[in-house]
Amino acid sequence: MNRWSLANFSALIFALGLAVLLFAVSVQLPLANAPMLVGNSIIAQGVADTGAANLVTAVVLAYRGLDTLGELSILFAAAGVVGLLLTGAKAAQSPLPAGGFVVSSAVHLLTPLLFVVGFYIIFHGHLTPGGGFQGGVILAMAFFLPYLVDYKPLQQEHQRLTLIESVAGGSFIVIGLFSLFSGQAFLQPFLGHGAFGNLWSAGTLPLLYIAVGLKVGSELSSLLINLLHAEDE
Amino acid sequence: MVLWLAITIAIMLLAALSVLFLPNMIAAVMASSVVSLCLTLIFVFLKAPDVAMTEAAIGAGLGSLILAIGLKKLGYLSLDKQGDQDE
Repeated sequence: MNRWSLANFSALIFALGLAVLLFAVSVQLPLANAPMLVGNSIIAQGVADTGAANLVTAVVLAYRGLDTLGELSILFAAAGVVGLLLTGAKAAQSPLPAGGFVVSSAVHLLTPLLFVVGFYIIFHGHLTPGGGFQGGVILAMAFFLPYLVDYKPLQQEHQRLTLIESVAGGSFIVIGLFSLFSGQAFLQPFLGHGAFGNLWSAGTLPLLYIAVGLKVGSELSSLLINLLHAEDE
Repeated sequence: MVLWLAITIAIMLLAALSVLFLPNMIAAVMASSVVSLCLTLIFVFLKAPDVAMTEAAIGAGLGSLILAIGLKKLGYLSLDKQGDQDE
């Protein structure tokens, strides 16, 4: 193949142009001392407003709850499109070779630990770094790991995952509507703040994060299973 | 702090370049997950633990897994060099 073909040359020019552009922008940006216009007021009032010890959660679920709902619907659309594209005949036998002793022992050891870590990160999202998205991905990993060692018929699992996903996504919206009909803004936290730093605190934020975690976890695991079991062309 | 950042970025660039030049596909996937792990470290240095956890779980874990499933589907998931398989 000709190394210096026109396509390679134009790709090189594109990369150089992008580098120059990024360099020019990054020289102009006030990276180390950006003006904190909204951030300072959230840092000042966040705990009083929401009662969450982790201010990132306060922003994600309380101040910008509607954006999180948008993020969830993007994830839902992506998983739905993958499911739509990969439906059809599923492989009858396992697409992976049976795992050996080392892999199966490691999977049996790691799966319960991963479930515990994932649920811990979800439940403590309003107290420590982490939350529904991070914990949900870990849950999806924990659900997917056993598929590496032995094969299960997937139809039933798939229905269960879809049920969990719909219930979680629905409850996120229902919690938001609850606060809307009790005279507040959509998704504004209610149920009181509780004692600062306790597990039972920050009102509805932990409930919202549990819904997010279950939805992300079930969506990603059904996406992975769909990818793994799609019939080879 | 700046020194550690510079070392991490150097490792990240090396890993990103080796994705292009490694002859083995699995090694290339591993190198791309090294890029994500270095990015996780940088987020930790910059005191953004939430973003670091997301990057570790999605970039290093889920991303590599999806790439590996893709390799499996394309029939490239073997420990031999790519050139050996083609001959």
